[in-house]
Amino acid sequence: MSARHDAVRAGLGVGLAVGVSGLAFGAAAVTAGLSVAQACALSLFAFTGASQFALAGVVAGGGALVPGVAGALLLGARNGLYGLRLASVLPARLRVLTAHGVIDETSAVAFAHPGAARAGFYTTFAALYVTWNLTTFLAAVGASAVADPSVFGLDAVGPATFLALLWPRLKESPEDRKVALAGVVIALAATPFLPPGVPVLLAAAGALAVLVR
Amino acid sequence: MSLWWAVIATCVGCYLLKYAGLAAPRKLLDHPGVRRFATVVPVALLAALIAVQSFGQGFDWPRTAGLGAAVVALLLRAPFLLVLVVAALVTGLLRITGM
Repeated sequence: MSARHDAVRAGLGVGLAVGVSGLAFGAAAVTAGLSVAQACALSLFAFTGASQFALAGVVAGGGALVPGVAGALLLGARNGLYGLRLASVLPARLRVLTAHGVIDETSAVAFAHPGAARAGFYTTFAALYVTWNLTTFLAAVGASAVADPSVFGLDAVGPATFLALLWPRLKESPEDRKVALAGVVIALAATPFLPPGVPVLLAAAGALAVLVR
Repeated sequence: MSLWWAVIATCVGCYLLKYAGLAAPRKLLDHPGVRRFATVVPVALLAALIAVQSFGQGFDWPRTAGLGAAVVALLLRAPFLLVLVVAALVTGLLRITGM
């Protein structure tokens, strides 16, 4: 089997499997109080799961939107770092379009197939983009048809998503476990005193304090 | 700020961050501070989001149980989507049955 074939297969698998969790985002977004159009706009144009869930989470908390957006962008900053590493294997000519696809999953597949990084990247991007947007729309429409989505436990989907995203890091690195614990403590301690969204930023600032130490 | 503005700002900002990475000089990667920022800050943010979304509006037993079920699913190496389904199912079932 050629390296290219392997990369395409991995891209399709990851793209379809992760793309289906657009169901979770669409449902969580509408449960949080976003409209179907707003949920779909985020999946079409922000197209980076953790940031989308973060914004929806702040909206759900009835929160201050400025820190909500700031949190979403801080989470999106890691895509910039993937871009730095991907720039050498992706064509500069298509950069405006290519940039939109620089996220966790496309980067992971590209890095895992150094011989066919370009094929892996674009296959994952295409499969994930189509699936993610389709399932976002379906779940957003579905959830908006339900009077009280929290009956179905959809409010547990947001935190469970973040936990699943964080899990590999918690399993591998004791230092990351400490950072995570500090984040939880800071955020919960600050929650009664600050508007929603701000405690999460404070936790990130706490992590930065650890960095410069 | 209206909700639409927040949505648009997030969309534009997320795109620009992706584009900046592709267009920036590669030397930035040699800076250890940049690497550390990109690995440590998301961990703190995600952990804080889990805490706030789970317990920020008070303790809710079905939601907490759902999150616990997600932990069990992750320990059993369940795939991503199954983890989310388990969390929603456990939370929903406990609510419907009034436990």
